[in-house]
Amino acid sequence: MAKPTTPRADSAKAKAAVPAGADHNRPRPETPTDYKASKEELLEFYRQMVLIRRFEEKAGQLYGLGFIGGFCHLYIGQEAVAVGIQSALKPGKDSVITGYRDHGHMLAYGIDPKVIMAELTGREAGISRGKGGSMHMFSVEHKFYGGHGIVGAQVSLGAGLAFGHKYNDDGGVCVAYFGDGAANQGQVYESFNMAELWKLPIIFVIENNQYAMGTSVNRASSEDQLYRRGESFRIPGIQVDGMDVLAVRGATEEALKWVQGGNGPILLEMKTYRYRGHSMSDPAKYRSRDEVQAVRENSDPIEGVKKYLIDAGVSEDEIKVIDQDIRKIVAEAADFAETSPEPEMHELYTDVLVEQY
Amino acid sequence: MGIEIKMPALSPTMEEGTLAKWLVKEGDEVKSGDILAEIETDKATMEFEAVDEGKIGQIVIAEGTEGVKVGTVIATMAGEGGEAAPAPAPKAEAPKAEEAPKKAESGTSKLASEAKATVQDPDLPAGTEFVKTTVREALRDAMAEEMRSDPRVFVMGEEVAEYQGAYKVTQGLLDEFGPKRVIDTPITEYGFAGIGSGAAMGGLRPVIEFMTFNFAMQAIDHIINSAAKTNYMSGGQMRCPIVFRGPNGAASRVGAQHSQNYGPWYAAVPGLIVIAPYDAADAKGLLKAAIRSTDPVVFLENELLYGRSFDVPKVDDYVLPIGKARIMRPGKDVTLVSYSIGVGLALDAAEQLAAEGIDAEVIDLRTLRPLDTATVLESLKKTNRLVVVEEGWPTCSIASEIAAVVMEKGFDDLDAPVLRVTNEDVPLPYAANLEKLALIDAARVVEAAKKVCYK
Repeated sequence: MAKPTTPRADSAKAKAAVPAGADHNRPRPETPTDYKASKEELLEFYRQMVLIRRFEEKAGQLYGLGFIGGFCHLYIGQEAVAVGIQSALKPGKDSVITGYRDHGHMLAYGIDPKVIMAELTGREAGISRGKGGSMHMFSVEHKFYGGHGIVGAQVSLGAGLAFGHKYNDDGGVCVAYFGDGAANQGQVYESFNMAELWKLPIIFVIENNQYAMGTSVNRASSEDQLYRRGESFRIPGIQVDGMDVLAVRGATEEALKWVQGGNGPILLEMKTYRYRGHSMSDPAKYRSRDEVQAVRENSDPIEGVKKYLIDAGVSEDEIKVIDQDIRKIVAEAADFAETSPEPEMHELYTDVLVEQY
Repeated sequence: MGIEIKMPALSPTMEEGTLAKWLVKEGDEVKSGDILAEIETDKATMEFEAVDEGKIGQIVIAEGTEGVKVGTVIATMAGEGGEAAPAPAPKAEAPKAEEAPKKAESGTSKLASEAKATVQDPDLPAGTEFVKTTVREALRDAMAEEMRSDPRVFVMGEEVAEYQGAYKVTQGLLDEFGPKRVIDTPITEYGFAGIGSGAAMGGLRPVIEFMTFNFAMQAIDHIINSAAKTNYMSGGQMRCPIVFRGPNGAASRVGAQHSQNYGPWYAAVPGLIVIAPYDAADAKGLLKAAIRSTDPVVFLENELLYGRSFDVPKVDDYVLPIGKARIMRPGKDVTLVSYSIGVGLALDAAEQLAAEGIDAEVIDLRTLRPLDTATVLESLKKTNRLVVVEEGWPTCSIASEIAAVVMEKGFDDLDAPVLRVTNEDVPLPYAANLEKLALIDAARVVEAAKKVCYK
């Protein structure tokens, strides 16, 4: 007799979902609940999300002015994902890796906006000394391992970082972020297989912003409910409202509990949306302005936190102070990035190899 | 009519093996598929199955016999209703040439001919003892020594642990270091090359074995985009100290997809170290150096050399410098530059040339990136003639690179154009005669050397 099939989840559903019927005998993580944030925590979430938004807007401007070249992928609209997840991690213990849309994750991990912006403008003071650029930024000190330009590579590399946590028995967890586009890469599944086989401490986070460059999820993915992509490897998946920082944080807490309990990897699908094009050079003709506008009006992650703050008794004036403070930080970062010197010519030849042969 | 059961060839390169155990005895009835015996090759112990039905007549080769040549009659069997064939005389152990199965002389069998280096690395104390060691053992010893001294070192790949290595290079490592540090992977090169690279970025020292480098093409993105570029892209912040190792180049009769030399491919990439040793001492000393290096290393071995024995100095910690070529044989008339299996051919050619009055100097590059051009140019100053010997394609090869370097930096020292002796510019064919035609041999090296000497 055939096993009962898994009912197709409602694609509009944004809260955590667990597929019913699929291998129900296996233990599964609990359905996460929204994180109960204190007022201080909410203020910090707001501050970080606004920092990312203003930073990215400024990066867009600098790109338009020719200060930033090449590819530049902005995180606007997705702020709740990085902030909600990063806030649950232990800096210096847990490791993080992501793809090329990496500015937001670095800011959420407390890395100085100046050195990030200076990297975008290709300056000596940049976090990669101007040799990496927007897509290739790292901070080993913060256990932020990049910043990778090849779609999906960070998933295998992240499994390697998780392998290291297990090998060293250091109690750390790796969070590997990737997009709905990367979710179709073969190496993702090779890594899923080994991560579950070896019970590696890793949280796979699919930031499903609905479009892999110009191709919508439905046009690229035979199973468009991406949280189910780990099921055949026995990796449980949870679908999360990635526009709500408290839902993101709540799901991350549950995921950490699962992974730290020695259960192996878990998959979080963050349903989110990017307001800007795939990169600065993307005219975004594949979707209507109305679609973008509707998301901005109905589910903007920053407006969401603002509501939580007001419910918690924070005044508009207090919020304005934060906004002004952030504008100042971003303006300073931009000034720094515009005025810092470019790398010295001899830097062309440094860091190709570590050792001398 | 009796049937002769002959020693089977159980791998493309097998020439002899050990008859480890008989699982049948004289008089037993066997049918097709029954296991007759266990045969040990240099790579693995294999079960040998009966193809025909019948009764075992006489067991000719006793169990435990080592060095049984492929094609030797090991037992006789009576066919359906027939008598057992009379046992061949004992001397049949070494079958006459025409009785041996027609194992075509493949293009690669000649590559593995014996030739000795006449010059040792200079930095060994006088009186150092040398131990005959196979390249396979030398590689294993290098890994084991480094694993003993550095807990960050681990080995990962297909069949490296429980199977003891597809080519037995990792034999014994699982027993000594356990499954935490000797890790069998699924057949997913891209995935485990990425996991290895990520582990290296996180501070471990992975040794990633590819069953052969042909399969590493599935993983080349991580070798180049993840491992080689990270240090540069991060402004020196994030390192990737990893070794990717495995057999490279033509094996024997395995066809185009399993026979190519990736030396020039990886040597083209800044940020990588590329090593391709020839003998066992270099295999050991350079693999130890590779594992200790903070840079990502592609370590290209050669299947045909695995079983060959060379002298390895018996010293506590034999580590060789990366990026230094070695003069294998000094000479004054012509310089033969090579690496990996080509070095053996160049040494063979040098012997033949000596008989004809041409004194050839043989240089083993050992490291392909960074290339030790100084040693090559220094030799050229003396000989004024140069031939590059490379078991690989000619186009955009290491040979091309050497020719370019010599043009740029050694032009005034040249008395003749640099010649390249390489494989033919075709995918490697299967047919024995065509394979032989496609691959380099000592005769071609001799011919080229005479040509540059105008003799």
